[in-house]
Amino acid sequence: MIPEIGQFALILALALAVCQTVLPLVGAHRGNTAMMGVGRTAATGHFVFVAIAFACLTYAFLTDDFSVLYVANHSQLALPTLYKVSAVWGAHEGSLLLWILVLAAWTIAVAYFNADLPDAYSARVIGVLGFLSVGFLLFALLTSNPFDRLIPAAADGGDLNPLLQDPGLAIHPPLLYIGYVGFSVAFAFAIAAMISGDLDQKWARWTRPWTTVAWLFLTLGIALGSWWAYYELGWGGWWFWDAVENASFMPWLIGTALIHSLAVTEKRGLFKSWTLLLAISAFSLSLLGTFLVRSGIIVSVHAFATDPTRGFFILTFLAVVVIGALVLYAWRAPSLDSDAGFGLLSRETFLLLNNVLLVVAAALVLIGTLAPLVVEMMTGGKISIGPPWFNIAFLVPTLPLIVLLGMGMHTAWRTQKTASWWRLLRIPAIVSLVLGVVIPLFIYGRISVLLVVGCSAAAWIVISSLIQPVRSLLREKGTAGIPRSALGMSVAHLGMGLFVIGVTVVSAFGIESDQALQPGESIEVGGFEFHMVGLSNVRGPNFSAIEAEIEIRRDGEFVDTIRPQKRQYLVQKSWMTEAGIRAGLDKDLFVALGDQLGQNAWSVRVQYKPLIRFIWLGALVMALGGLIAISDRRYRRSGRESEARTRAAEAAA
Amino acid sequence: MNRFVWPLVAVAALLVFLVMGLKHGDPRALPSPFIGKPAPQFELPTLKNPEVTIGTATMAGDYALVNVWATWCVMCRAEHPFLLELAAQKAIPIYGINWRDSRLEAMRWLDDLGDPYLASAYDEDGRVGIDWGVYGAPETFLVDPQGTVIYKHLGPLDRVIWQREFESRINSGGPAK
Repeated sequence: MIPEIGQFALILALALAVCQTVLPLVGAHRGNTAMMGVGRTAATGHFVFVAIAFACLTYAFLTDDFSVLYVANHSQLALPTLYKVSAVWGAHEGSLLLWILVLAAWTIAVAYFNADLPDAYSARVIGVLGFLSVGFLLFALLTSNPFDRLIPAAADGGDLNPLLQDPGLAIHPPLLYIGYVGFSVAFAFAIAAMISGDLDQKWARWTRPWTTVAWLFLTLGIALGSWWAYYELGWGGWWFWDAVENASFMPWLIGTALIHSLAVTEKRGLFKSWTLLLAISAFSLSLLGTFLVRSGIIVSVHAFATDPTRGFFILTFLAVVVIGALVLYAWRAPSLDSDAGFGLLSRETFLLLNNVLLVVAAALVLIGTLAPLVVEMMTGGKISIGPPWFNIAFLVPTLPLIVLLGMGMHTAWRTQKTASWWRLLRIPAIVSLVLGVVIPLFIYGRISVLLVVGCSAAAWIVISSLIQPVRSLLREKGTAGIPRSALGMSVAHLGMGLFVIGVTVVSAFGIESDQALQPGESIEVGGFEFHMVGLSNVRGPNFSAIEAEIEIRRDGEFVDTIRPQKRQYLVQKSWMTEAGIRAGLDKDLFVALGDQLGQNAWSVRVQYKPLIRFIWLGALVMALGGLIAISDRRYRRSGRESEARTRAAEAAA
Repeated sequence: MNRFVWPLVAVAALLVFLVMGLKHGDPRALPSPFIGKPAPQFELPTLKNPEVTIGTATMAGDYALVNVWATWCVMCRAEHPFLLELAAQKAIPIYGINWRDSRLEAMRWLDDLGDPYLASAYDEDGRVGIDWGVYGAPETFLVDPQGTVIYKHLGPLDRVIWQREFESRINSGGPAK
């Protein structure tokens, strides 16, 4: 009964989404206020019914209703309750429902927070978001219904993929989807602006906070995914350039470019058509990512169960959305020109370079992701493009990006006088270079060109991000003097610096060692002694495991005991590696059990990972920067009021 | 043509390419090293009677379906009714490989749900599964009268797949290339 209610709610949501699309768009076209007004009501109803459907599916999981095929395939009686909830989005059908729920939530957030935007504009935004909802609801109902029954019901379920039975991964998809789907808001704002033809800076100002929120969630989602891969896949790496990771990384890169480009469009009225194109691209890449992950076109470690029909559906939807948007763009963009110029040395120049480099980076990731497919279609051969290619190709655009970032932050809009610019930046530049030599040489005792470049670059970003906040602290005894948006920028860039430090140090000084180990034996890695005390059998709710007790000592002194496990999940009979990690801000010590070599001997992978936490800490700080930026006062002012103020300011200037 | 049309052209090209990619087929369908080769030899006790063995020799002389199944596998339950239907039609001899399972539970499963198999081999430790390159259950192999594996299907079998992939291969007749 409950699953049928969910099914029915989903159909009602579709009907309301159709209303939410058609009425406001037609109303906005005809100037009919009543029709435009329906948008918000329909969006609210649409959200409520999607939420009901989602609740019904969750209920089916919590009550172990194995007469629902999706539940029978992805849950099990002994599955801990937390994972019964996260299993709702543990596979294709349910995660699509989560996607739909997130889209509906974004829509009502936009509808209510932007209540003071011009009616026609707001109606168009809601209409465009409604159109996207219709597409995804149809996708769910026609190809991927989570409420399909299994008759006769199974006695017990097939269990959630053990890889996903992890607290980090329970919240990774919601964060990621809030980010992915959030770019639909920027997309809808851009489309609404293009439909109306009213393409001055206003839409950029309205879009900025939404884009930043989407971006910060995507940042957190990706970082969490990376962290999960680090401790759960058992390889100790933090990024694998897997197709699915790339699918989330491309929208992030373009979204980052969009945030910067929106700043230029809002402040200076430049790059208008380019910003529109980025807003379209960021969301299109989210859709492309969905397609790649769910169509089975690309082989990946975490691709969903796949089906070509689904692939065709998403591809058709992708084509309609993207081609529609780009036709509109090709029609409207030529009328956009701006008379504002800018000097060669100006913030505009740096932001332009930032955009070009980020887009190049995204293009490289796209090429690397699709290349195996191209090769297979041309030659029939199977190739994989692995980290070696990506790691090198990706440095080409990102190294200059990092160097320019520190300069751009301290460059004025329009034109910057070279002399004062140089006076401000020369000391940080010299200090960064010195640190770039000193850090590797004195702390880690080794040096190479790439290390100096990496450490200098990281120091450069950190120092240049801190210049403004520190100065303000010294002068005005508080950060209150800096606008929140500028402070947010500094903090986000600081996060970037921390990230670069982490990446540089861990890739240069990380040690990995695969060895055989049995109880009573010790091995030494990175100056630490890993002593295997013993092995024991332990049992979890739905797995049994072999657990090693490993004591870590340094110079004979006890540091910690860690307990890596090799788990066998009872239903799917699959083996999982649960790494033992001694985590620290300065270094991680990581032990994962490999294969059993003999009676008691195991191959173990021991890793020494200096500063690896900085990678995720950096991402966290970046997201914090986004949070600070959106708390800026001007976003809290109503649209109309800020518009009036801007006009007044423009008139005064 | 104005320069603002270029994104459209690029995306259209990409979409065409992706459509071709989809039509190209399943990238997961790794060319199985078993297809076109003689079925890996095995001899295992049957599920119902450990004294009796079945193996590659039992199947020779006719087209045969080899279905890898287990009681812990939900999708096996999903495909089970279709296997029963095939057995009722006497469409093809069906042999099971009961894979990494418990004998008692497996026998109870067949008692409860019906037994479409002429016989099931009991592959307790999954060794034969390894020889046959089994990734997970269910998997279904089509073996021709000469004992050559001519098709392998991953996941539950249904009527559409049976007609499209299996019947056509049997009807096109003769030994596989």
